[in-house]
Amino acid sequence: MNLILFTFIVLLGFTSYYFGRKKAYTIQSTKKRLTALPQFYGYYLAIWCAIPAFIIFSLWAIFEPTIVKLLILSDYSNQGYLDDELNLIYEKTKALSRGQFTGEITPFIEASAEKYLSLRSIAQSSKVVIVLSIIIASVAYAYKRISSNSRTREPVEKFLNAVLFTASLAAILTTVGIVFSLIFQTIDFFKVIPLFDFVFGTHWYPAKAFVRDSSEALDPTMYSDTFGAVPIFAGTFFIAFIAMCVAIPIGLMSGIYLAEYASTKVRQYAKPLIEILAGIPTVVYGFFAALTVGPFLKELGTSMGLEVSAESALAAGGVMGIMIIPFISSLSDDVITSVPQSLRDGSYAMGATKSETIKRVIFPAALPGIVGSILLGVSRAIGETMIVVMASGLAANLTLNPLESTSTITAQIVVILIGDQAFGDPKTQAAFALGMSLFLVTLCLNIVALKVVKKYREKYE
Amino acid sequence: MNKNKEQLLNKRYKAEQRFRLYGQSAIFMALLFLTIFIFKIFSTGYSAFQKTWLIVPVTFDAELMMLEQNPSNEDLQDADYYDIALKSMADLDLNANEDQENELKRMVSYFFEKEIKNELLNDPSLIGKTKEVYLTASDDLDQVFKGNYPRDLPENQRRVSDYQLKIFDQLVANGKVESKFNISFFTNADSREAELAGIASSFMGSIFSILVCLMIAFPVAVLAAIYLEEFAPKNRFTDFIEVNINNLAAVPSIVFGLLGLGVLLAIFQLPRSTPLVGGITLSLMTLPTIIIAARASLKAVPPSIREAALAMGASRMQTTMHHTVPLSMPGTLSGTIIGLAQALGETAPLILIGMVAFVNTIPGSPMDPAASLPVQIYIWAESAERGFVEKVSACIMVLLGFLITMNLFAQIIRHKFEKKWS
Repeated sequence: MNLILFTFIVLLGFTSYYFGRKKAYTIQSTKKRLTALPQFYGYYLAIWCAIPAFIIFSLWAIFEPTIVKLLILSDYSNQGYLDDELNLIYEKTKALSRGQFTGEITPFIEASAEKYLSLRSIAQSSKVVIVLSIIIASVAYAYKRISSNSRTREPVEKFLNAVLFTASLAAILTTVGIVFSLIFQTIDFFKVIPLFDFVFGTHWYPAKAFVRDSSEALDPTMYSDTFGAVPIFAGTFFIAFIAMCVAIPIGLMSGIYLAEYASTKVRQYAKPLIEILAGIPTVVYGFFAALTVGPFLKELGTSMGLEVSAESALAAGGVMGIMIIPFISSLSDDVITSVPQSLRDGSYAMGATKSETIKRVIFPAALPGIVGSILLGVSRAIGETMIVVMASGLAANLTLNPLESTSTITAQIVVILIGDQAFGDPKTQAAFALGMSLFLVTLCLNIVALKVVKKYREKYE
Repeated sequence: MNKNKEQLLNKRYKAEQRFRLYGQSAIFMALLFLTIFIFKIFSTGYSAFQKTWLIVPVTFDAELMMLEQNPSNEDLQDADYYDIALKSMADLDLNANEDQENELKRMVSYFFEKEIKNELLNDPSLIGKTKEVYLTASDDLDQVFKGNYPRDLPENQRRVSDYQLKIFDQLVANGKVESKFNISFFTNADSREAELAGIASSFMGSIFSILVCLMIAFPVAVLAAIYLEEFAPKNRFTDFIEVNINNLAAVPSIVFGLLGLGVLLAIFQLPRSTPLVGGITLSLMTLPTIIIAARASLKAVPPSIREAALAMGASRMQTTMHHTVPLSMPGTLSGTIIGLAQALGETAPLILIGMVAFVNTIPGSPMDPAASLPVQIYIWAESAERGFVEKVSACIMVLLGFLITMNLFAQIIRHKFEKKWS
């Protein structure tokens, strides 16, 4: 039904475009001067035809279920039902009206189902009537405007401008959506678990919260030793640190080499090849780390008499480092090439060799940009998920031994939220609290990094 | 004095050479990683494109199948194939005891009954006759045949028994084991049995997610880019939008998964595990990438084009829509394809919105539960069976194939259609 109405509105929109343009030609044939190109008459009419109808249509789709539910449940008010029970009654009603109800049918529910069906059919027909009358009214208004040859281009362009502006709000809406989805669960979490325990606690066993008998009331003291996030934060930064130990030297040196030494030919092939590393999906890196690097390190360690876990932090961090190499190399390459040639020429004129020029002149000049690119790399390492989930451990050990397994924020979020979740459970909320801390940390890193890079660019422009 | 100078100079030249060497070895290391990586994936994955079949003589005994004289098509559908299937496997070794018969049965996939049924449905005249039928070998024997299975392990550490190996070797010696191109890897949905598992369901899931993502992200991103580049006044609010876009481009993908879970599933009550939700989540993630690419290519259109159009009396909207935007389209499109390629390889957000559920049907619409190719890689990589290792690598090869094609396509669009100004 909705689809038919939707198609109908679209078709009407196209027809009104055609009629609007035709009207413009008739006006023109009476030797009157048009105020805009004929197609604007068409756009004007089409916009007036379709847009109000769509607005009503979508508002209806949003509010109809809520209003129907209120009307149905008004029969049950003052009978002392709880909210959950009312919801259950409503679900039963809906199921019965669709003929999918399998439980015991009480007369109450049967009456509600009948009422539900009649309400729905009233709603449907009144929707059609209202949408159609809106279309007729607005088209009539617009047609009158067109006939009197008043301006059409300006309103159409204003409308387009508004559409463009709305689209540009999407970015803000997404940010708001992220904060919104994280913050409520996080606040609920900190109502049960004190912030202090979360930030400074050293034991993380969310599985303990899961075995709780759900009929018991929440007892905060039970969780005092369950949600201490220190091991997780430490693991996250530790693995990111290992990754940067791999990525910074290799990435930076290849960036410098590509920018300063490489011939055009080497650059032409080496640069895109290195960038392939950035295009490989992270789950593939994870598989590689878990299947190849982990067992390899374990064997290597055993042959040297070391105890290496198959899911060591070293394997995950090392592979993550390989993933980050291209980010650092191409960003530092850009930064170094944008250092003005005059600085190089000055240094060469003083007799410095190429490497001395790079180390003493170009590197300090490019430093802010390089720091920015490294910070972006760190932010990626902290937010990286699949490598850690597949190659590093899931148990949160507080350790600084790279051969043992540790866990990270992202891995814990996945572990907690994989499968079915119950909102309102402290375990689920813990995942959102972790997400919130991840978001805040990466946000700070990104803002600082972008500011530094921007400042640097302005300096040499 | 002179000697000192020379020594110093030599030292400086040596340092220069060392530094150069560091740079070269860094590039070499990066390329080495890439090579090892590609080599490893291909060497473990290529064998998944072959599938091992056992050729087993099956006697279509009408009595065992509970079929009467001149059966109709329906009778054939309902007939009992399990007994003849079992019998034909047991007949591989006439001296087998009951345990050994069970082991013989486990040499083929549990699908063997269906394979025999299809054979008869294709040719009903086979009733009462004996025919050699191709049966899918169990994944362990498949691995044995491909040489990936350590046969020298003690028997209790293997999933294949000595007895099964003996029969299998006899079959190989008689030429009754054949390797053919594995079509079912592309046409089957996921399965718990490695020999039957295919990528069709996750492939369709990926396609649907990407389509939903494209349909949402592309229009919104292009319109937003046009506004920001051509119409937005320079003020605080515009700056704020820009900061937002740049930040979103660097937010970890798993946070978008939390957004999908907390808003799309919990508040809007959209169906779990579906490509619809996956696509919307991915579109929010790709939005900043496309906006940034579209803005860059709008910026690259020289101002002279705009000025010429404005001088001819076009309005700003007309100038933008008729001249600037069409000229910027190649750059925008290649940016969009690159953004979509990123979205295609994304795993973490899809796991959070439940696209890891085991799906053994091929989804027909974005509203059906599905996995996606990267999630399929994760699911198979987590399962313990040996047969899945090569499947994972093969799935990675398919995924990488798509990503490379998309990136090449983006390059071609850019080089072929983009106008070079200057």
